[in-house]
Amino acid sequence: MAVPVDNLTKPTPASSTLRFAFGNVLAFFILLLIGVLAFSIRLFSVIKYESVIHEFDPYFNYRVTQFLTKNGIYDFWNWFDDRTWYPLGRVIGGTVYPGLTLTAGTIWKVLQSLNIPLSVETVCVFTAPVFSAFAAWATYLLTKEVKGTGAGLTAAVLLAMVPSYISRSVAGSYDNEAVAIFALIFTFYLYIKTLNTGSLFYATLNSIAYFYMVCSWGGYTFIINLIPMHVLLCIVTGRYSSRLYIAYAPLVVLGTLLAALVPVVGFNAVMTSEHFASFLVFIVIHVVALAYYIKGILSPKMFKVAATLVVSVGVVVCCAVVAVLVAVVASSPTKGWSGRSLSLLDPTYASKYIPIIASVSEHQPPTWPSYFMDLNVLAFLVPAGIIACFAPLSDASSFVILYLVMSVYFSGVMVRLMLVLAPAACIMSGIALSEAFDVFTRSIKFYISNLSEFLQTDAGDTLPGNNVSPQNEVLKNEKKEDTLKERPSRKNKKKEKENIEKPYVKSKTEKRPLVLPVEASFFALFLTVLLGGFYVVHSVWAAAEAYSAPSIVLTSHSHDGLHVFDDFREAYAWLSHNTEVDDKVASWWDYGYQTTAMANRTVIVDNNTWNNTHIATVGTAMSSPEKAGWEIFNSLDVKYVLVVFGGLVGYPSDDINKFLWMVRIGGGVFPHIKEPDYLRDGQYRIDSQATPTMLNSLMYKLSYFRFVETDGGKGYDRVRRTEIGKKYFKLTHFEEVFTTHHWMVRIYKLKPQKNRIRGKTKKSKSKTSPTTPRSGTVKKNPWH
Amino acid sequence: MSYVVGACGGPNKPFCKKEGFVHCSLRTSSLTIIVLHIFFRRLGSILSEKARLNMEVFVARSRLTLIFSLFALFSLSSSSLSSSTTELQILTAERRIDLASHIIRVVLTLKVQNDGTSAASDVLLAFPPAQAKHLALIQAAEVAGKKRKKSLHPLDVKPSNHADGPNGAKFYSISLRNPLGTGGSVSIDVSYVLTQSLEPFPVEIRQSEPQLVLYRDSALILSPYEIKQQTTVIRTPSTKVESFTRVEPSTQLRTELKYGPYEDQPSFSYSPILVHFENNNPFAVVEELVREIEISHWGSLQVTEHYTLVHNGARHKGGFSRVEYQSRPTISGVASFKHLLVKLPPRVHSVYYRDNIGNISTSHLRTGYSKSELEIEPRYPLLGGWKATFVIGYGIPLEDVLFESDDGKRYLNFSFGCPIAETLVNKITNKVVLPEGSKNPSVVVPFSVERRAETSYSYLDIVGRPVVVLEKENVVPEHNVLFQVYYDFHPMSMLAEPLMLTSVFFFLFVAALAYIHMDISIRK
Repeated sequence: MAVPVDNLTKPTPASSTLRFAFGNVLAFFILLLIGVLAFSIRLFSVIKYESVIHEFDPYFNYRVTQFLTKNGIYDFWNWFDDRTWYPLGRVIGGTVYPGLTLTAGTIWKVLQSLNIPLSVETVCVFTAPVFSAFAAWATYLLTKEVKGTGAGLTAAVLLAMVPSYISRSVAGSYDNEAVAIFALIFTFYLYIKTLNTGSLFYATLNSIAYFYMVCSWGGYTFIINLIPMHVLLCIVTGRYSSRLYIAYAPLVVLGTLLAALVPVVGFNAVMTSEHFASFLVFIVIHVVALAYYIKGILSPKMFKVAATLVVSVGVVVCCAVVAVLVAVVASSPTKGWSGRSLSLLDPTYASKYIPIIASVSEHQPPTWPSYFMDLNVLAFLVPAGIIACFAPLSDASSFVILYLVMSVYFSGVMVRLMLVLAPAACIMSGIALSEAFDVFTRSIKFYISNLSEFLQTDAGDTLPGNNVSPQNEVLKNEKKEDTLKERPSRKNKKKEKENIEKPYVKSKTEKRPLVLPVEASFFALFLTVLLGGFYVVHSVWAAAEAYSAPSIVLTSHSHDGLHVFDDFREAYAWLSHNTEVDDKVASWWDYGYQTTAMANRTVIVDNNTWNNTHIATVGTAMSSPEKAGWEIFNSLDVKYVLVVFGGLVGYPSDDINKFLWMVRIGGGVFPHIKEPDYLRDGQYRIDSQATPTMLNSLMYKLSYFRFVETDGGKGYDRVRRTEIGKKYFKLTHFEEVFTTHHWMVRIYKLKPQKNRIRGKTKKSKSKTSPTTPRSGTVKKNPWH
Repeated sequence: MSYVVGACGGPNKPFCKKEGFVHCSLRTSSLTIIVLHIFFRRLGSILSEKARLNMEVFVARSRLTLIFSLFALFSLSSSSLSSSTTELQILTAERRIDLASHIIRVVLTLKVQNDGTSAASDVLLAFPPAQAKHLALIQAAEVAGKKRKKSLHPLDVKPSNHADGPNGAKFYSISLRNPLGTGGSVSIDVSYVLTQSLEPFPVEIRQSEPQLVLYRDSALILSPYEIKQQTTVIRTPSTKVESFTRVEPSTQLRTELKYGPYEDQPSFSYSPILVHFENNNPFAVVEELVREIEISHWGSLQVTEHYTLVHNGARHKGGFSRVEYQSRPTISGVASFKHLLVKLPPRVHSVYYRDNIGNISTSHLRTGYSKSELEIEPRYPLLGGWKATFVIGYGIPLEDVLFESDDGKRYLNFSFGCPIAETLVNKITNKVVLPEGSKNPSVVVPFSVERRAETSYSYLDIVGRPVVVLEKENVVPEHNVLFQVYYDFHPMSMLAEPLMLTSVFFFLFVAALAYIHMDISIRK
């Protein structure tokens, strides 16, 4: 701490450049370490478990990546997948966000061309950690644009280990969000950079980053709504400048054109209401630009006249445009909004109208503990960050505030969008922490310089001319820091000179430095460090314990050590090696992606959930009695039925616990399935009090077939903590062909239709009777 | 000349009816052949062709091999062979057939005497074509000295270039150490290994049923020489023998079936027998094994083995009930297997066991000074006909396997076969990846293999690494012997890649320096 004081007393140009260089190198190495931290904190899953793809959606992405690397980009765009949604199939090339797949595919290609023999799986597993490091660097850049290097570094550290983001980007979690968060932050950075510099170069880069974001994730609509809102905010608060125009107009034009190139978006980029805000603001900013231009060339008097003219014309035009938009939007059935977006605006929308969306846990609103779990101390630092952003308010800091506010709202709607909030919270907390450190260390420095001066004067070496007031000294220090901040890249030295009129520089110099008593500073510093320490401990714990389980392999700690439940892969491996290649496997949609990816078998429905009717058909089959279920499955060419059953080992997210959703979704399309039939007095139960419909449903039978023999006649279900209702029964249309070691996955084969022998004598009798149930089943079976 | 076509099964076995039918047809057809044979002995070869065509009408294709070998019995018609071989005769022959696992091991002890006028340097062994096809390995040794001072001298065994014997009998010739003079005799131990010669019957079984298999052979040893006295002992894995063909004198004593002694059998005598017995040993067959053995001069040898494993016994039919499999392991799924034992070299490190969807968590590794044992379980128990694929990989310190020979060449000394105990490998591919920059690879393998050369590219390779590919079919645990790959290698080649990396970084920094100090903007 003595060094800066020395520098201050003898500010030679040589030593200051050396200090800048030293600071830059230090910042570089800190960033490098932050990258290493972000990468390595996400490796817990690989160390504790293994290098494997996690959960459900990542398996689909992995399969698509495999296809891409094997068949090339053109086959990928044209890929019609016949192994899923049988018999409909799915056009993969036109319905996926290709960003993640293309990224991993490109990385793999590059590695292959360098003769580095990494498998596609390995590349996919480590894509997310690598991109989290990128995201941390992007956060640094963004926050640096807002509040300087110190805040940038702090925000980057925080983002590198924010639990919310870790939960989506541990090694193996190969999902769109893994690259999308980086793309999101980087797009915001480039927007702010353009806003600060007014450079068309950055504006173009911004469009390209936006394009990458569109490729990667459906969450790009957040960007294309947030940036217009900020632009509008700037205009309303009188902060319009040519820089704002350059930051926004090219983004809309280029970005929309580029977005339309992505097959899954296509004309949605101009046709759905999610994008309308951007066009509206595009018009507004032109009107404003025109107004400013006219204001510049006209005299004030003339301008007043012109302004009234323009405003009246503008209002008319706007009204017309709005009217057209409203008409267009109103003409479409969902008002032009997709279901997920609607549930963003109206949190109750999904649970009211779309059971498929509501049935996914990550589409539920979060609880308060999840904020603490996912953000931890950031939740408390954010308000301080907001205050710091207001003093002084610049274009950039207003953007960050807006981003935070919007993402807080969205995270309150859907727990999954907590992920969007996390970077905002990190930036805010980074700013807050950095400001706090600034204040505390400044106070301490002030105290020390005071002290040394006091010592100097004490020695009797008084030089009156040399006595600089400490207040001035601090001011100098501030200035120095500012100049330091002003040179983010050596490359742009010349550009910097032009951009001296940076908005925040002016405001900063006006600031009165705040100095606290030294004891309080030390104490506060200690507390802040402690706070950071808690955050680190919590993050590491979250990364190691809470978020690194791959969910396809489960472990439990018992007194005799670690026990591994690897039943899912056991079942998938069995399917892939011991059934025919073209056999169809029916299961609830959760396991669709995994079955196609790991077992390479055709499935009826999968996690893409694009066809509600098809899912309802499977739900209906599972909720029907055995024979009716068999008929539905048989009409779908199904050969094997896979159910997940946790009753033996106590695995709670099994099919019996999801069963009510099957009933609901099935009943939504086929009204003969009624939810109350499965509930006894509104309670969902499988014990002896359960309804006969429940006990005779196919799902119940497939789950509990011969279960009672495992514990000597009791049939105690460890998940529901009760004895099962119907213990002894036989299956007439299904045959158990495989059950995994812990009974977690059970696979049944549809028995072939029985030959009609000995029917002659009974024929006359049964001729009348089969027709009635038959006609009944015809109604029930949607495929007849 | 006695022959009995295998009778099988107790009366209560449901499949016996069908089997009996086949045998009846067999018997009648065989009688026809005898008649033919007596009258048209000279025209044997032509007629047998015709008769064989007739036979095919009666018998299923799977029986063909048996029929085929039946002819060896009757067609004594001669070839150039008989004139040259009649000089030798076998005084005593003892054959022990071990049917304990699915790999059949036979030990044949012969005492050969030369009655001819000229010295004999080769002794011929004859195999019926069905056996010759499944013969995985054959070894012979000359026994010198009496019981106490017995010493074995390995002899060279080669497929003979003689024309095939009657009805396609295949010959192997043993080259004696010293030519056998007139009147001299020599004792020879022959051991050979047969694979895929146990035929499950019934072909499909349920989970609760044991696995029964058929073994076909001849009670008399097929030989181009006259045999004075011979016995055959067949050892079965348990006392549960459903049936066996009786060729008197034949006896069953616990797990041993004894045929013989038979006296003075002429050359090419053949008497088909059929043993139907219970064998619940794992019929673990690796359909294809690809081993990549990568040498890195930086200190480690990395082995990656890709397995396609199949249970080759009686196919499983009906459902698989886990509750029965878990609660009654002695009755349910007795023919299935869960564990496999992999014998690895000592001091192995970084062992992994996975398949294409991830790590397989059921394995135990025990490392020791003399050997390491890896006990693996496939993801699910393998019932008849079920398949599994997996990969085992491990590293070995280089000093254990790589040596420098006297002429300055380096050589790898590594075992050839499949490290899983009691497993048959249908096709093995050993790929030895030599370090980049090595030259003139040469291979020493104690048996015949197919050899190819490839080039592989790995980390930072530019010219590629030479790969020696050795392929062999029908590999049994007895093939687990060391083989050597010699190659020239200059230590300087090791430095190529570090130097390359260093220079790349150097140029990167230089480029960065240049970029910073250059002004490439358009405006001044």
